[in-house]
Amino acid sequence: MVSEQQPSAIEGAKVLMVGAGGIGCELLKTLALSGFRDIHIIDMDTIEVSNLNRQFLFRQSHVGQSKAKVARDAVLKFRPDISITSYHANVKDPDFNVDFFKQFNVVMNGLDNLDARRHVNRLCLAAVVPLIESGTTGFLGQVTVHIKGKTECYECQNKPAPKTYPVCTITSTPSKFVHCVVWAKDLLFAKLFGPKNQENDLNVRSSDSSSSSEQVEDVFEHKNGEEIEQYARKIFDHVFGYNIELALSNEDTWKSRGRPRPIYCKDVMPTEHVHQNGNQGRGSAAGDMASVSAMTTLGLKNPQDLWSLKENAAVFLEALKLFLSKREKEIGNLSFDKDDQLAVELVTAAANIRATSFGIPLHSLFETKGIAGNIVHAVATTNAVIAGLIVIEAIKVLENDVKNYRMTFCLEHSSNKMLLMPVEPFEANKSCYVCSETPLTLEINTHRSKLRDLVDKIVKAKLGMSSPLIMQESTLLYEVGDDLDEGEVANYAANLEKVLSELPSPVRGGTILTVEDLQQELKCSINIKHREEFDEEKEPDGMVLSGWTQAQAAEKNSKVSADNGASTSGASQAASTVPEDEDDDDDLQIILPPVPGKKRKLSDVTATSGVPSAAKEPKIKRKAEEINGDKDIVMLDDGNIVKKGEA
Amino acid sequence: MDGEELTEQETALYDRQIRVWGADAQRRLSKSHILVSGLKGSVIEFCKNIVLAGVGSVTLNDDRLVTEGLLSANFLVPSDPNAYTGKSLAELCSDSLKDFNPMVRVSVQRGELSNFDVDFFHKFDAVVISSCSLSTKKSINEKCRKSLKRIAFYTVDCRDSCGEIFVDLQDYIYTKKKEDETIECHIVYPTLEEAISAPWKSLPRKVSKLYLALRVIEKFEELEGRSRGETSAADLPEVQKLRKELCDTQSHAESQIPDALLERLLKGRTEFPPVCAIIGGILGQEVIKAISGKGDPLKNFFFFDATDGKGIIEDIGNPKPK
Ligand SMILES: [Zn+2]
Repeated sequence: MVSEQQPSAIEGAKVLMVGAGGIGCELLKTLALSGFRDIHIIDMDTIEVSNLNRQFLFRQSHVGQSKAKVARDAVLKFRPDISITSYHANVKDPDFNVDFFKQFNVVMNGLDNLDARRHVNRLCLAAVVPLIESGTTGFLGQVTVHIKGKTECYECQNKPAPKTYPVCTITSTPSKFVHCVVWAKDLLFAKLFGPKNQENDLNVRSSDSSSSSEQVEDVFEHKNGEEIEQYARKIFDHVFGYNIELALSNEDTWKSRGRPRPIYCKDVMPTEHVHQNGNQGRGSAAGDMASVSAMTTLGLKNPQDLWSLKENAAVFLEALKLFLSKREKEIGNLSFDKDDQLAVELVTAAANIRATSFGIPLHSLFETKGIAGNIVHAVATTNAVIAGLIVIEAIKVLENDVKNYRMTFCLEHSSNKMLLMPVEPFEANKSCYVCSETPLTLEINTHRSKLRDLVDKIVKAKLGMSSPLIMQESTLLYEVGDDLDEGEVANYAANLEKVLSELPSPVRGGTILTVEDLQQELKCSINIKHREEFDEEKEPDGMVLSGWTQAQAAEKNSKVSADNGASTSGASQAASTVPEDEDDDDDLQIILPPVPGKKRKLSDVTATSGVPSAAKEPKIKRKAEEINGDKDIVMLDDGNIVKKGEA
Repeated sequence: MDGEELTEQETALYDRQIRVWGADAQRRLSKSHILVSGLKGSVIEFCKNIVLAGVGSVTLNDDRLVTEGLLSANFLVPSDPNAYTGKSLAELCSDSLKDFNPMVRVSVQRGELSNFDVDFFHKFDAVVISSCSLSTKKSINEKCRKSLKRIAFYTVDCRDSCGEIFVDLQDYIYTKKKEDETIECHIVYPTLEEAISAPWKSLPRKVSKLYLALRVIEKFEELEGRSRGETSAADLPEVQKLRKELCDTQSHAESQIPDALLERLLKGRTEFPPVCAIIGGILGQEVIKAISGKGDPLKNFFFFDATDGKGIIEDIGNPKPK
C-alpha cells in the first residue's frame, strides 16, 4: 500500500537511476522528498540550453557540465543528509556490469534512447533486479514495471517498425518535406563534410548512375586553389541543377509524377549579390560551433520564419562557404548534429531548395531542426507526473506488493474519464529472444553477405549487442575485447571481410550460430536459412531476421538504408554506423502495438515522437471501460474492451 | 498573433515546448499573470512547472513562517534553518523560483487571502489556491467571477496519497485541432458553490469515492471550525456520524464512502511527494491550456489516488442559467 505509514522499505533501499534528463531531474527530486536515502545516478550527458525549460535542477551557469553531478548537488541542497552517488558515464561502460546492478533494490530508467534501454533491460534480467521504465512525448507518457519471472521484460513487446524510407524516394522521388531533409542530412551533408571515400550516391539513381559516379567525385572535391565562392556555386548547380536534369532524363520515373524543376545558382542568386554579402562571417574562433552562422551573416533573425528560395540559396552558399573557411579542419569528420547551428542552416536551406524543385511546401529552420534532429517534444509537466508515478511503483516494488504493480499511461485526452490510466502488467512473451531462450531465424544470402554485414546489421543494429561474440559450434568467428592478442585481432578482422560460406567454419543454410554479449549476459541462437534474392525496397538490409522485437520508429527513423544483401561497403556503413544523433532528452515513447494473433490487454496506443511527420500531435486511439466494478483494471484488445476470460 | 515576436533567447530556452504547443501559446504564456496562495507541496510543484514554462509573472501568497513540517514536500527551500529565520514561506520560495527562470517575474504578496478585494484579483489571469477553508475558497471564486475579465480559478487539495483539483473557467471558448482542422469549442463551468452543492443523486455514475469523502471531511472541518487538514484518526467516529447524516439526506449508500478512505484522509497530515508531483503536473498543464486557449481543458474536477493509481476527471454540477 502506498502511503506514509511504511517508510522503512524506502529508507533502507539502494536504488539506481539511469538518466538525469527531463524525467531524471523530476525523479531525483521526488525520490529525495519521498525519503529515499541511497540513490545512484548515471548520465553521460552534459547540460544544454534547450534542457533548461524543464530540467529544473540546472541553470544557465551549468551549461556544459555533467547532468548527473549537477543534479546531485542541487538535490543535496534541500536534502543534505541523504547519499547521492553520481556517475558521469555511459551506462554501457563495462564497469556497470551485472555485479554492479546486483547491489540495487530497484533500477529506474529515464532514458532517451532505445539502445541504452535495451542494455539496461538485459542487465536487470541478468542481475534479477526489478526495472521501472518510463518515457514521455509532449503530454503523453508511460511507466512500466519489469520484473524477471513476474512480468514482461522491456523487449517482450513488438515496437513500432522503424521509419525508413525507400532509397529512391530519397534520391529521386521525394514527395514530402521529410524526404528532402533526409536527403540533405544523410546524403548531401555527409558527402560534403563526412568521411571521404564513401560511395554515397548523390547522383539521382538513374540508369547511368554508375558511369557518372566518377564525375561526382570530381565535383565534390575541393581542389587546391579553387575559389571558395566558385566551389560553392559549383556544388549548388550540381546537386540542385544537374542532378535534377539527370533525373528528368529518366522518362519512366515521371509518367505518374510531377516533373521536378532544376534550379541553378545564377537564376536565383546573381553573382554580384553573393559577393556583396558573401563571406564576411562575424564568427570569431574557428571551430566554435555557436559563433559561425550564415543566418547571422545574412541578417536573418527568426528561426521560425519561412525563407524565400532566394534566401535559402543565400543561406546554402553562405553556410557552405563558412564551413570551408572557418571550419576547414573538421571537414571529413563531421556528422550531422542538431546542435550545430551552421549544420542545421545548411541542411534547412538544402532541404528547402530541393523541396522547391519538387513542388513540396517549404519549412522554417525551427521545424527543419526538429525533423532532422529527431527532437522529442518535451514539457516539464508530463515529466513531473511520470516521475511521481515511477516513485509510486518503486515503493510497491520495495514493499513487494506484487498484486498492485501497474503500468500507467498518461494520456492527453481522457479515456473513460481517466487521464492517468493504470493497467495490469503484461506477462512475459514466451518467445521473447531476450528473456526466453527462443532461437531466431535469419534469412541471408550466405554466398554474398559478409560476416561484417551480419555483425553490423543484425548483431549490433537489431539485437543491440555492443560487445558481441559469435560462435559456429565450437569455433569462434568473431569477438571483441581488450584482452585479445594480435593474432586474434587480425584473424577476426579478416573474418569480417569474408562471405559467410567462406569462413574458416563455413556458415550455410542450416547452420546454427550462437551470438553472445558477455557484458549483458545475453546469449541467443540464430538459425541460418540461405536465400538468393531480397527485395531492395522492402528488405533493404538484404537479410531478414525473424523472431526478434522490432526497433522503435522514433530513433531509427530517417536513415537511408542503402543497397541489397551483399556487402555494401563504405556507402551504407557511413550512413548506418555513424552514431545516430539521438536526442539529448530523457524522453521517448515506447507504446505498445498489438501482437498479431495474440491477446493483448492494451493496444493501439501509439505515441510517436520525433518521427519526421510528427509536426502533428501524437495520436491516441483507444476505448477503455472499467470492468468488474471495483476491480479497476482495464483490458483492451484492438481498442475494444475485453473482459477477463473472454476470448 | 499579438504582434510581438519571441526573442532569440526565448526560442532557444523554450525550444522543446514550443514544439508541443506552438509559438502563439508561448507568447500568451509570457504575458500571463498567476496568483498562487497556500504553498503546499503540490502548489510548489505547480509553481516550478509554470515558471519553467515561462509565464509572465507569478505572485506568491503565504505568510506562514517556515517550520520543518511545512517543508516535508518542499524542494525550493534549502535545508538551512539559519537561512529561513524570520522569512515567510512565500519569501523563501520566491528566492528559489526566481532562479529557475530569469525571464519570469516572481513576487510576494503579503496579507490574508480572504481580505483581498475584486480589484486585486483583476490583475491576474489565473488564481490557484490551496491550504484554506472551504468558505475562503468559495469567496475567492466569487470575487474572480465578479471581475470584468475572465480569471481562471483553481483549488488544490492533497491529503495522504490522494489529491483533488477543482477548475472554474466560467464561460470558456478555446480552439483545438481535430484532424488537421482547428475547431472552436465553448463550455460553461459551474462555480465551486454550484459544483459541490450538486445533489448526490445527480452525480455521474460511479463517481469517484474521493469526491464524496472529501465533501464529508470538508463539511466536518466547517462544522467543527477546524483549519483545513487539522484532523486526525481520532475524528473518525464523528466523521462517520456526519457521513451517515449526509448519506441519509442525500439518499446515498454509505458504502460509497469507505471507512478506510476516510481514515486515510483524516490522518494524512504530511504530504506524499509523488502525489504532489502528479497533482502539480496536471494542474500546471491545465493552467497552460487555459492561458493559451488551446486544447481540451479539464471540467471540472480531477482526482488521483495512489492506491489505485487512477487519475480521474469528473464533471460535476450545473451552472445556473443566466
Ligand atoms: Zn522479454
